Amino acid sequence: MRHFVSNMDTEGAAFAANRAAMLALIEAWRAVEARAETASHKAQSRFAARGQLLPRERVALLLDQGAPFVPIANLAGYGHDTADLAHSVAGAGIIAGIGMVSGVRVMVSASDSGIEAGALQPFGLDKQLRVQALALENKLPYLQLVESAGANLMRYRVGDFIRGGALFRNLALHSAAGLPVITVTHGSSTAGGAYQTGLSDYIIMVRGRTRAFLAGPPLLKAATGEIATEEQLGGADMHTSISGLGDYLAEDDREAIGIARQIVKNLDWNRGRLPEARCFARPALPVEDLVGLMPADLRQPVDMREIVARLVDGSEYLEFSARYGAATLCLNAHIGGMAVGIITNNGPLDPAGANKVTHFIQACCQAGTPLIYLQNTTGFFVGRAFEEAGMIKHGSKMIQAVASASVPQITIHCGASYGAGNYAMAGRGFAPRFAFSWPNARTAVMGGEQAAETMAIVQESIMEKRGQKLDSAMRTKMKSEIIDLFEGQADALTLSAQVLDDGIIDPRDTRPMLIECLRICAEAEARELRPLPFSVARP
Amino acid sequence: MTLTPFTRLFIANRGEIALRIMRTARCMGLTVFVATPPDEADAPHALAADRAVVIRTNGGKNPFLDSEAVIAAALACKAEAVHPGYGFLAENADFAQSCLDAGLIFIGPSPAMMRQLGNKAEAKKLMQSVGLACIDGYFGEDQSAAAFASAAQSLGFPLMIKAAAGGGGRGMRLVTDAAALPSALAAARLEAEAAFGNGTLLLERAVIRPRHIEVQVFGDRHGQIVHMYERDCSVQRRHQKLIEEAPAPGLTRPQSKALCEGAIKALAQIGYEGAGTMEFLLDAGGRSFFMEMNTRLQVEHQVTEMITGLDLVEWQLRVAMGEALPRKQTEIPCIGHAMEARLCAEDPARDFLPQTGEMSVFRKPSNVKIETALGDGAHILSHYDSLIAKLLAQGSSRDEARRRLITALDNTVALGVATNRAFLARCLADPRFIAGKADTSFLDHFEMQPAAPDAFVLAMLLFVSKSGPHTGWPAPPLAAAFPVPLRFECRHEVSDAHVSLTSDGLVRVAIGAHARSFRVHSFDGGYGRFEEHGMTHFAVLSMRSDGLFLQYDGVNETCRDLTLAPPALPERAGGGNVVRAALGGRIISVAAKESQSVEIGDVILTIEAMKMQHVHRATQAGTLVSLRAHEGQQVAEGDLLAEIIAAALVPDQSSTP
Repeated sequence: MRHFVSNMDTEGAAFAANRAAMLALIEAWRAVEARAETASHKAQSRFAARGQLLPRERVALLLDQGAPFVPIANLAGYGHDTADLAHSVAGAGIIAGIGMVSGVRVMVSASDSGIEAGALQPFGLDKQLRVQALALENKLPYLQLVESAGANLMRYRVGDFIRGGALFRNLALHSAAGLPVITVTHGSSTAGGAYQTGLSDYIIMVRGRTRAFLAGPPLLKAATGEIATEEQLGGADMHTSISGLGDYLAEDDREAIGIARQIVKNLDWNRGRLPEARCFARPALPVEDLVGLMPADLRQPVDMREIVARLVDGSEYLEFSARYGAATLCLNAHIGGMAVGIITNNGPLDPAGANKVTHFIQACCQAGTPLIYLQNTTGFFVGRAFEEAGMIKHGSKMIQAVASASVPQITIHCGASYGAGNYAMAGRGFAPRFAFSWPNARTAVMGGEQAAETMAIVQESIMEKRGQKLDSAMRTKMKSEIIDLFEGQADALTLSAQVLDDGIIDPRDTRPMLIECLRICAEAEARELRPLPFSVARP
Repeated sequence: MTLTPFTRLFIANRGEIALRIMRTARCMGLTVFVATPPDEADAPHALAADRAVVIRTNGGKNPFLDSEAVIAAALACKAEAVHPGYGFLAENADFAQSCLDAGLIFIGPSPAMMRQLGNKAEAKKLMQSVGLACIDGYFGEDQSAAAFASAAQSLGFPLMIKAAAGGGGRGMRLVTDAAALPSALAAARLEAEAAFGNGTLLLERAVIRPRHIEVQVFGDRHGQIVHMYERDCSVQRRHQKLIEEAPAPGLTRPQSKALCEGAIKALAQIGYEGAGTMEFLLDAGGRSFFMEMNTRLQVEHQVTEMITGLDLVEWQLRVAMGEALPRKQTEIPCIGHAMEARLCAEDPARDFLPQTGEMSVFRKPSNVKIETALGDGAHILSHYDSLIAKLLAQGSSRDEARRRLITALDNTVALGVATNRAFLARCLADPRFIAGKADTSFLDHFEMQPAAPDAFVLAMLLFVSKSGPHTGWPAPPLAAAFPVPLRFECRHEVSDAHVSLTSDGLVRVAIGAHARSFRVHSFDGGYGRFEEHGMTHFAVLSMRSDGLFLQYDGVNETCRDLTLAPPALPERAGGGNVVRAALGGRIISVAAKESQSVEIGDVILTIEAMKMQHVHRATQAGTLVSLRAHEGQQVAEGDLLAEIIAAALVPDQSSTP
């Protein structure tokens, strides 16, 4: 493979301006992200008085120290709890991610019980479902740290109630698939939420804190007249000795997490199964450049090879069919010692590019090489020549290849993601294994300006048929409304808030993130599960 | 005089002394055999010998004290000579006689001479007869309590009780008044019997705050006798030496000459053969009193080797072969200064309590000579002495040797079992020691506890050492940034710290309202380098299930990680009390019985470890229950041995139907 020679002037004004713009975006997004922790920590004295650890402390203790952690959907619900973006708290009431516990890669999902006692927040359901799907697809044991007041009845939506059943179905299916579900019930897990505990293969309860019952004292009294305390109805002592719901009794949160770590250790989950670790070189070019490469103005062209060279081992890659369909790049390289096929865009997709990608995807599937899509696409070429050249059928072929690829696919939104380009480059609708966005990414069915102009032309032709004319003030107003509608939904934060990706990442973290995701995929690939006809059921 | 050459040598000892003897024996072209108990079959001395004989004794008895077994082993190797080393059977005349009876050459004086000089009372009589000043005392054969009481009355207090047969501080007790005499005699007798198989005791007037000075002597069977100058061994704890040096500081050459020549004059009269040490007490006025004679090589013989350039083991072997002493008195120089520190597995902060267990990491310093049989993962066993290594520094001046020794101690790594490493370094840096003014009471007023540990550094090191194999240092990106609420115990104090990795790769430690950040440069195989305020530090760590052992900036600490531990629960509701083993060792006696009522201070049982007896007493009045201790039982530190239920809580028997 040839060394990449950069043409980027990293000392120039353009680079500096791009860098400043990107750093501002990173700072703004990090500030939003940090709000959840701040909000949750306000409960500190209350937790301390009860002898409890804060949710993030629980997660920190559960995870192997210093090991990588891939947070999932940190920004879920941003702007949906309140329209006041300056005060909105993102995270949807859940702290989730893929991390290491006792040397085993697991999915962790913890109630953020410092906020509204762990009640599910807007988009909490979407986040939880996504987290469960990721765990299943990547064959990860599922660890829950539960302390949740359940759903907030003031925000009741019948649709969420119905869809929410899937949370429980997924737990059952996870266990049946041969993937352990391990739960520490740190606090409330009541009513429907009791099944979040109940559907676990291993249940750890905390003395004096666990509350797992279908009806609490007030509801019970109202329904049957029976009078009982919370501890009698659903305490750890009762459940571990009488009902048999709890398997392990811990004296406090620390011991409970210690037991959870031991349970994972005892799974001996990686016996004879871990793919070998390989030696690899870092990129020869500075990773730090990644914040200055993407133009602040997405209409400016960028050679995506500059990005690739800062992500791959030794900055070395081999370009597949470089001279054919040259605006679309297909590259073979290694990341973290693992072979990957990279598909990215130096211009719109054309018939040759679509054909090349189709070929490349099939070759990667033949070799079992994971695919990475670095999206920076304005879509497919349009025009008579392209229609005549069969843009639709070649584009379809590419979309078929993306949809049916048998290898793990990971999508990074590096910049533009417009129109059918979003689909063809493995956008979220195509269910890539992971999808992350850079903070500058913009996604839309088309550019706002383009959409507005299109709508203006359509409107003009309609009015023309009626013998009317679109006056210029109306035209401008209409266009600006359309531009606002499109651009207002295009930015990365808006997407991430709706769990339309797995999170925003700092461009400089892209390589380690890809390494982690590739390892997760490789482990899943290598892992043979021992599915059960039904889930592990308790006596 | 006949020559008695031999080529096959049996060493009836273990550890560093066995290795030391082996080194010289090999140089002299001898074949070397050793004895070893089954649990030390892979110990360095056993591996280094040409052959090791595994001695199995009944009931875990110390095989090195079993003279029959030792002689049988020597004969099995077809050895011609036996070197006893020091300790164990080295001063046992019966053993020497048995060797001779078995046709083996014993490296040391004749049994008769050992009996005469090894018995303190006999030795004193002899020395007084040739004009050496001795300390008044009672050396009577009547070992009754009454005899000792009346002797004590006439001698006056303070008095020192000593074992007639032994050395090494065993069986020694300082008694300051008549009331304490009976119990001190009983304890000393027990110790003497256990250590030397002979419970005979003597009394001596105690010289207060003396210096301990000893003269190295050598005689051959051709009538020659020489001295090799004196050593100062004043820094002692439990009457056992910690720091030794040669020559003695502050002694003028004429003073030294008078002392040494007086010593050999006495020995010349009896035709002493082999290596020997005459011990004296030097009082504040500079007067010396003969104390005792050791008819063997001493632990600290190497400081003498350093100033004279001689090999004392070689001399011993040559003398035993019947050769004449290799040099005349005028050919023995005294050059420069040498100093030795005894690294022991003991905790100075807990009254030098011997420590046992696994030494996970042991690294020797490179700037001095070190004598040790210790390697990584070695087990410090409870039935031997706590000495694990000797560090020997040489210099053209005393201060140069002293500084080298401190540097060596600072660069020694010993993790897993508490040692006196840092303590020794502090002793050597003490102004009184520097001035050469240390007497045998030096440690009585010494601050045993080093400065309080730095909880921030401990938390950072705990965090780093707990991090998994997927973490390289400096920490990789993507590491979870949530502060980890660590909890740990160090020196019986529990600390809480929040430790996190910052986005710029620092380890941030927050305790209460304060926070400090460290940059971890590397952490690999238990060795870590970290930086704070631009200053780099080096730490060595060993993480085990029983704690994190670490050494940094000259300090050793042991932390127990309580991060995932449940809250501490009271031992037993209702004010119950338990008796736990204060240290690992063997229970040698159980004084109390199940269901017996006990008062505070009543003896419950005694554990022996490293030759020391540790009496466990009731700390609460009540009824002894769940006694799970029996004589001969091996216990580990912290083992639960009995419980005491407070008197008020015992059910009233009479009310039971």
